[in-house]
Amino acid sequence: MDTLLNNSDLFLTGFKNTLILFFFSAIFALILGTVVATLRVSPVPAMRATATLYVNVVRNTPLTLILFFFALGYPKLGLVPIDFTTAAIIGLSLYTATYVAEAVRSGINTVPVGQAEAARAIGLPFTQTLTLVILPQAFRAVIPPMFSVFIALLKNTTVAAGFSVFEAGAIRANLSERGEPALTGLLWVALVFVIFVFVLSALQRKLEQKWKVSR
Amino acid sequence: MSSVLFDAPGPKARTRYRILGVFTALVILLIVGFIILRFAQSGQFEAKKWQLFTFPLVQQTIVQSVGATLAAFATAAVFSLILGVLLAFGRLSDRRWVSLPCYGFTELFRAVPLLVLMMIFYYGLPTLGVAITPFTAVVAGLVLYNGSVLAEIFRAGIESLPRGQSEAGYAIGLPKSAVMTSILLPQAVRSMLPVIISQLVVILKDTALGFIVTYNEILFQAKFFGSQIQYASPIIPAAMVAAVLYVGMCLILAAIAKWLERRLSRKPGAAIIPAAAVPAEV
Repeated sequence: MDTLLNNSDLFLTGFKNTLILFFFSAIFALILGTVVATLRVSPVPAMRATATLYVNVVRNTPLTLILFFFALGYPKLGLVPIDFTTAAIIGLSLYTATYVAEAVRSGINTVPVGQAEAARAIGLPFTQTLTLVILPQAFRAVIPPMFSVFIALLKNTTVAAGFSVFEAGAIRANLSERGEPALTGLLWVALVFVIFVFVLSALQRKLEQKWKVSR
Repeated sequence: MSSVLFDAPGPKARTRYRILGVFTALVILLIVGFIILRFAQSGQFEAKKWQLFTFPLVQQTIVQSVGATLAAFATAAVFSLILGVLLAFGRLSDRRWVSLPCYGFTELFRAVPLLVLMMIFYYGLPTLGVAITPFTAVVAGLVLYNGSVLAEIFRAGIESLPRGQSEAGYAIGLPKSAVMTSILLPQAVRSMLPVIISQLVVILKDTALGFIVTYNEILFQAKFFGSQIQYASPIIPAAMVAAVLYVGMCLILAAIAKWLERRLSRKPGAAIIPAAAVPAEV
C-alpha cells in the first residue's frame, strides 16, 4: 500500500496516459475499422482487395513491430515530427482497426438476409443499405466481440511503454528509479488493469441488455 | 461475385464501379508511392544502410534470433495448450472447489496485460530472490495468458457440442473423466481448430513483446542492428527485415491452419458442428 500511496503521482499520470491512449485509439480504430469493413463488403473489387490486403498484413504483424516502426523508424523519414504519444496512438489505431473490421464484418454477416433484400427492394443503393439498415443492426450483434477487441486494446496500450510513452507499463521503470520494490508496483498496476477490465465487462453487459436485438 | 448487399450491377453501375475501382487503385498507388518516395528521399534504400545485412555474421545472428522467437513460440504453444485443457476441465468440473479457482484463474490472467505479466516475472521475481532468464519470463507470461484464453476456447467448444454426446458416454457407463477426454475433447478441438490456430498466431506475434523484457528475439536484434551508427543507423531497413520475417511466419502458420481445416472437414463424419463464434483475443 505504501508503494502506491507514496508514488501516487506516478500511478496517476501513468494511468491517465493509458486512458488517453486507449480513448483516442479506440475512437480512431472504430472509425477506421468500420470503413475497412464497409470496403470489404463493397461492390467494387479493387476496394475489397485493398481492405483484405490491409487486414491480412496488419493482423499478421506484431503490435510491437508496428509501434517500433512509428516510434523509432518514422522520425528518420523527415516528415512532420510527431511525439511518442501520437506515434503510439497511430500504431495502436492501425493495429486495432483490423480487429474492429473483422468484428464488424462478422456482424454484417449475422444480419438476416431479408433485411438487405428489403432495403434493396425499396430501391436503396449500397451505401444507404449499409448505413441505414445493415450497420445499425450489425453493431448491436457485435457488442461482445467488439468489447473483447477494446479490452485487448486497453491491455495493448502497455506495449507503448517500451517506446518512451509514460503510461501504466512504464510505471515500473520510474518506480525502480525511486528505489521502490518493482514487484509491488507491478502488482498494483496489474490490479488496476483487472479493475478496468471489470468495468469494461460491466459496461458490455449493460449495453448488450440495452441494445438487445429482438427478433 | 454476388452479394445480398447490392444488386447485380447493370451497364451504368458497372461503369461506375470501374471508375471507383480505378480511383481506389490511384489512391493506393499515391499512398504507396509517397511512402516509397519518402523512404528513397531519406536514403532508406541506399546501399550503405543495407550493407550491414550482407555480412554472414549478421545474417547468422538474424537466423539465431528467428530460432529464439520460434523456441519461445513452440514452448509457449505446447504449455498453453496443456494449461488450456486443464483449466477448461477444471471449469467444467462438478466440484465447486475446483471450478471456482479455475474460473478465477482464467478471468484474472485474461485481464492482466501480457506485458505486465512478463514484467512481473522478469523484474518482479528477482526481488524475491528468484533468478529468471528473459526466455522463462516471456514463456511464462505467454503460457499464463494464452492458457487462460485457450481454456475459454476449449470450454466454449465442449459446451457447443450436442448434449447427446455426453449422455451417450454416460449411458455406456463411462466415468466423467473418460467422457471428457475421449468423447468431448476430440470433437471440441476439431470444431474449434480455426480459433485455436489463430490463437497460436497470437502467441507467435506476442513473442515480440520479449523485445521489451530484453529477450534476444527478432525485434531485439533489429533494434540492435538498427542503431549501429557506423552503418548509418539502418533502423527502417531493420524494421523491414523484421516485418518480412514476422508476417512470413504468421502467414505460414495461417496457411497450415487452412490446410488442416480443409483436411479435417474432408474426413467422413468429422466436424459436423460449426465452430461457435468465439473470436481469438488480440
